[in-house]
Amino acid sequence: MTHPSDTGPAPVLALQDVSKSFGAVRALRDVSLELFPGEVHALAGENGAGKSTLIKTLAGVHRPDAGRVLLDGEPVVFHGPGDARDAGIAVIYQEPTLFPDLSIAENIFMGRQPRRALGRIDHKATRAATTALMKRLGVALDPDRPARGLSIADQQIVEIAKALSFDARVLIMDEPTAALTGSEVARLFGVVRTLRDQGAAVLFISHRLEEIFQICRRVTTLRDGAWIAGELVDGMTEDDLVRRMVGRDLDELYPKQDVPAGEVALAVRRLTREGIFTDISFEVRSGEIVGLAGLVGAGRTEVARAVFGVDRWDAGEVEVRGRKLTNGAPSVAMSAGLALVPEDRRAQGLVMDMSIERNIGLTGLRTTVKAGLVDRGAERSRSLDWAVRLQVKFARIADAVSTLSGGNQQKVVLAKWLATGPRVLIVDEPTRGIDVGTKAEVHRLLGELAADGVAVLMISSDLPEILGMADRVLVMHEGRITAEIPRSEASEETVMAAATGRAAA
Amino acid sequence: MPDSLTRAVRWDTVVGALLIVLLLLSFGFVDGFGNSLNLSFLIGNTLPIALIALPMTLLVVAGEIDLSVASTAGLSGAVMGKLWNEGMAIETIIPLCLLLGVVCGLVNGLLVTRLGLPSLAVTIGTLAAYRGIAQIVLGSDAVTDFPTQYQDFAAGRLGDTFLPRAFLPFLGLLVIAVVVLHATPFGRSLFAVGASEEAARFAGIRVKRNKLVLFVATGFMASLTGVFWALHYASARYDNATGLELSVVAAVLLGGIDFDGGRGTLGGAIAGVFLLGALQNVMSLLNVSAQSQIVVTGVLLVVSVLGPRVARQISLARHRAAKAV
Repeated sequence: MTHPSDTGPAPVLALQDVSKSFGAVRALRDVSLELFPGEVHALAGENGAGKSTLIKTLAGVHRPDAGRVLLDGEPVVFHGPGDARDAGIAVIYQEPTLFPDLSIAENIFMGRQPRRALGRIDHKATRAATTALMKRLGVALDPDRPARGLSIADQQIVEIAKALSFDARVLIMDEPTAALTGSEVARLFGVVRTLRDQGAAVLFISHRLEEIFQICRRVTTLRDGAWIAGELVDGMTEDDLVRRMVGRDLDELYPKQDVPAGEVALAVRRLTREGIFTDISFEVRSGEIVGLAGLVGAGRTEVARAVFGVDRWDAGEVEVRGRKLTNGAPSVAMSAGLALVPEDRRAQGLVMDMSIERNIGLTGLRTTVKAGLVDRGAERSRSLDWAVRLQVKFARIADAVSTLSGGNQQKVVLAKWLATGPRVLIVDEPTRGIDVGTKAEVHRLLGELAADGVAVLMISSDLPEILGMADRVLVMHEGRITAEIPRSEASEETVMAAATGRAAA
Repeated sequence: MPDSLTRAVRWDTVVGALLIVLLLLSFGFVDGFGNSLNLSFLIGNTLPIALIALPMTLLVVAGEIDLSVASTAGLSGAVMGKLWNEGMAIETIIPLCLLLGVVCGLVNGLLVTRLGLPSLAVTIGTLAAYRGIAQIVLGSDAVTDFPTQYQDFAAGRLGDTFLPRAFLPFLGLLVIAVVVLHATPFGRSLFAVGASEEAARFAGIRVKRNKLVLFVATGFMASLTGVFWALHYASARYDNATGLELSVVAAVLLGGIDFDGGRGTLGGAIAGVFLLGALQNVMSLLNVSAQSQIVVTGVLLVVSVLGPRVARQISLARHRAAKAV
């Protein structure tokens, strides 16, 4: 044992000096971890630190090359995820995979529904069992509701209920909060605390450090596949944790530069898309970073999509540097100098099967052209140049972007758009799901762009990010802008008050 | 080294190699294959498939499909016969027929892009509709008395060679299609559209317009094929080219164009076309029954959907191994 362990209940599940390699890549090196019943344990580390491999080892997907997995103190070998599940280990992934057309109850008991005579499914018993599970979790969800249309938060609850129905004693939650709003996170934590108090061991992964401090008792940190520390959260600071994850003191996370605001670069006037957002007016000046805050579903992303032209608007107008944009025409917006880094990088930002080179090249198809043909040399040097400038970690520029880590994928999306030389840049959740080191890099980049006179509109659900980077904060609530708060007056309280529709500051 | 290894298992290369092997074996062991009359038959019979395969490849890369091509070809032939019977000049008729093809493609394209209908369903519908119109136009007549210089062009050979005279124009079209798909911004954008339509839209690519252009081009090439067909076989009937769409789709898939879009090369598609054509020719020479030929074609179609995936798995595995070393 290389780390402290209190006297108290014995660990339910433990890893002892586990190593795992894929080819020459050593994903885990001598990693130990103990999960105690009635305790939430955080797993911290940057992207690529080995967290996924560790989870998959616990879940029976990978078998360790060296070291042991201990269940109730006894060495076990999981031959597959089924073994781990039978041992009471359940994994809840960030994006649940439910059958959309089946009800909640059917999803939970898929393939093992209670039966009546002649093998008919006993719907009544299924429903009752589901209701009981929901009650245990302290959540009110109708068992008959189809999974389609459930929020991601509700879908996770269903996955947790499913895990409980397997009598799970160990719950592994892989970035469950990445796509949740503040109130959804609070509800999820309520459920997690309930489970903890009922004696479950929970392994919790999140890039949001404050969440670790909120709900976890112990934290294990990995860096580059190696075990760095396993300790009690009590008495640690966020800086301590970041230092363990990054291996050095992090440069400032929000390197905000003071830039005098210039001309109006983006003007949105009375923009309305019926039923989605109403009467949206704002301006962004060159050199400014304007934050757009609000709860998920307030219509922020929809405004960005309409401004860029991916969706049509019903009324109003958009001007980029004095040039009126055509409704529903991203190509016009692009040539006016507008760029949008969308919120969903996998579906909207990138063509996952395409190479880094071609993905960055997509925005240059109209500019890197010689005699009507794609100028491959120019395309390659443009892509390479930007990939290197943003410090994307890749083996070859011709590798598919799907081979990159999340943070590096996000850098490719940024590279793709910065390569167009935008004068107005809209970024939608630019640092969602990326590690703290990359996050600081993205913030520094946004600061530099503003200093170069780019007008930046930053949509984010990460309040510290908005407060740390924005010159002004626009807040949306139910499709309308409810407040505009200057940097000097912006605080979590003022922004949240406007975002939740309480009297604006 | 890993580079050449990865390339070695690309499916379009596999199909090209298969085609060469088949041709060598046939020249060596199949009686009657190598004589110039048979070769010109082979190429002449394959040309209609090849002509339509050009735009079809682009369409499938972009994630769409057009099953109405054979009916468009049949309709063009029928209209051509009808107008010829009415005494119109052939120089007027042919452009009109091509225009008709453009309209057919436009209808498909508008239904798909403006109404958001799946192209598979739309073009199965127009497959029936266009063929029906062809029958209304021409009934059960067969028009055979087109001007000889036109029929000679469509059926004759280049000098003393075995190459059909229509082969050179085809080569020209092939070069254009290759350049458009693989070297122009338009062609590049098609791969993005086929692989991820949403990401393409967010990159400012005009997805709907590009698809519409492709449907129109496909209609145009289908009607050109219909005109060629009527002249080549000296017969314009409403049921010309029936079932040709299946051969085209089979050949394109055989050539490694991913049915889900986003992947493939025109070289592979054309190799697929001629592999299928040569195989059918050889089977006929070997007196393989028509039924068995259909079975072989069917098996090939399944292999063609499976093959590229297997090839990709192999090259991925090698890539990984190469990376790990």
